[in-house]
Amino acid sequence: MQNPKQELDAILTRFKGRHGALIPLLQEVQQLEGFLEQDTLRYISEQMNIPAAEIFGVATFYSMFRLKPQGRHVIRVCKGTACHVSGANTILGAVRENLKLGAKEDTTADGLFTVMEVACLGCCSLAPVIMIGDQTFGKLTPEKISGILDKFRK
Amino acid sequence: MEKIIAKLGLGSCGVAAGAGEVWTELEKVISENKLPVQLEKTACIGMCFEEPVLELSGKCKPGVMLGKVTPADVKGVLEGYLLDKLDYQNIILHEHKPAVHNELIANQQRIVLRNCGKIDPESLEDYEAAGGYQALRKALKMLPLEIIEMVKASGLRGRGGAGFSTGMKWQFAHSARNDKKYVVCNADEGDPGAFMDRSTLEGDPHSIIEGMIIGAYAIGSDEGYLYVRAEYPMAIKHLKKALIDAEAKGYLGNGILGTKFNFELHIKEGAGAFVCGEETALMQSIEGKRGMPTIRPPFPAESGLWGKPTNINNVETWANIAWIITHGADAFRQFGTEKSPGTKVFALAGKIKNSGLIEVPMGMTLHDVIYKVGGGIRNDRQFKGVQLGGPSGGCVPASLLDTTVDYDSINKTGAIMGSGGMVVMDEDTCMVDIARFFLNFTQNESCGKCTFCRIGTRRMLEILTRITEGKGEDGDIEKLEELAVNIIKGSLCGLGQTAPNPVLTTLRYFRDEYIAHIRDKKCPAHSCSALLTYTIVPDKCVGCTLCARNCPAYCISGEVKKPHVIDQSKCIKCGACFTNCKFNAIIKD
Repeated sequence: MQNPKQELDAILTRFKGRHGALIPLLQEVQQLEGFLEQDTLRYISEQMNIPAAEIFGVATFYSMFRLKPQGRHVIRVCKGTACHVSGANTILGAVRENLKLGAKEDTTADGLFTVMEVACLGCCSLAPVIMIGDQTFGKLTPEKISGILDKFRK
Repeated sequence: MEKIIAKLGLGSCGVAAGAGEVWTELEKVISENKLPVQLEKTACIGMCFEEPVLELSGKCKPGVMLGKVTPADVKGVLEGYLLDKLDYQNIILHEHKPAVHNELIANQQRIVLRNCGKIDPESLEDYEAAGGYQALRKALKMLPLEIIEMVKASGLRGRGGAGFSTGMKWQFAHSARNDKKYVVCNADEGDPGAFMDRSTLEGDPHSIIEGMIIGAYAIGSDEGYLYVRAEYPMAIKHLKKALIDAEAKGYLGNGILGTKFNFELHIKEGAGAFVCGEETALMQSIEGKRGMPTIRPPFPAESGLWGKPTNINNVETWANIAWIITHGADAFRQFGTEKSPGTKVFALAGKIKNSGLIEVPMGMTLHDVIYKVGGGIRNDRQFKGVQLGGPSGGCVPASLLDTTVDYDSINKTGAIMGSGGMVVMDEDTCMVDIARFFLNFTQNESCGKCTFCRIGTRRMLEILTRITEGKGEDGDIEKLEELAVNIIKGSLCGLGQTAPNPVLTTLRYFRDEYIAHIRDKKCPAHSCSALLTYTIVPDKCVGCTLCARNCPAYCISGEVKKPHVIDQSKCIKCGACFTNCKFNAIIKD
């Protein structure tokens, strides 16, 4: 197996000298490591000669970047207008209850799931909608949640 | 037996509705039974509410479109259609006979969506067969200024929402003197309740690319960016393939189609920030920075991406270009109104029967859009309002349904055309809650640069939240109005300048609802849970105990077979008793 640092270095090398590279670079690093660890950000700063404050600023500005480890499956609960009027809050409640998440938690203790709220997934005609990984599930009712989540527990 | 074509919609909405399984079953049935069926895929035709949608056609057979197809239906419909004995309960379109949605399509005019749901979006050959890249060939024989004049004459206005003349914008970028210029496609569709751009990107990526190449040639640019929301994985996939194919065919790259014109196009994936839909913020984001808007002037046409002249248009605007070049400005002006020519794509969602994507000529009334094309309100409930323009727009009430769909008429209502989200609301939707919903959104998405936007939206949200929780006070409405005016004045970009619109329009048209919440502590739509009371009607209650057993707060008591009572002091207003009661013995008020 390749040394993880090697893979990280490979990404950094590819982006060196390219303008406007910070966001796609961070996206790839997050893809590789699952989240952006503080030490990694510092390492990127040294290697790429970009101030750590700037990197941290970008990483905290965009909702896609995560500074904490996330679960194997990311559940995006759509909170768009169409979903909102079709009961997105009860769906979110059902997901959180099924995963037994406490008020301030968003990742399950076993590291299997992370729940996120997103603005709009663009599947408004199927509202309410959630997305798990790249799969979209629409026309949901709270009752359907446990069956869907069980598929990802295997 | 004559060979037939089976075409399945595999856009995001189709896949979410189960089209993937239907595709597998189609492949299986066709190969196992050696059926003379050519299987093809396409993206979204716009009838998302009928997904998965399967279209069947043959040389000597009438084309039909079937809705809500399941894997179990596949064998029967294929064999039935082959033998001219199709028996399916949900034929949504029929070439010769009346079908439920024939009119839905007939009332539309498709320019932007001309190929969506018809061609395979991953096939350049399909796009070419539909006339694709002919406009580019024509444009390359014209002078850049001739193209700009044509776009100006068409009267095309920016479909991103603001409605600025596209031809003028191109003119500015063309006149800017610089050896390097950029063109950008704004595909950061972030409005909650809008998915027009997603469908176009997924369903016909080449139409956008062709528009951009023509635009680049016209203004004298050799490099461009497509800034796409990362939440649209299928759109990004289709675009990537389209770019590779277009380059291989010589539509992109150096010496395009044998001319001296060079153009390269990159995809930039967004990282989740609504404010990046604002053009100056979007450029900051492409440059790899925080997406914070900058002061204009200088406008992007003078100094944009990396300080170079830049022309930004949104997806729908770009998708119109090739059609205009091919058919001419006059053909475009046949549709729409004097000041808003052409068509507009809308995403119909919310409490509407035919939720999905439509394209209608400008100038149609809201009433016709909602009732003739949209099929009316779901469950035949009462129409209450329609939200246009997302977080920057407003709610238009029933009394203004005769408003025509064009930039100027919609602006008069206090809403905006926006990018085309149309969320329909019925009597169960609380307008104060909707205003709170949008403020919550803008407050979250404010980049924080301008104080009024950053803090003002938060104060407005706090007041609205209080009102929906039954803690509204006298003077709240006035405070909201005062904050709204100041936020509009004190914000740099469109996000802040329009953030108060949802509150201002609901206050203008649904003020009674605010007053009911504040003064009477009642939510007329029975939607704000904190303002509801659940009571049991003793005459109707048979004492089945179902409600008591389902109550999470254990606050319902009573003997078996005798009327029960809810302890109001403990009730958490979850509504479990109301949903579970089989005798309609519980009233929500």
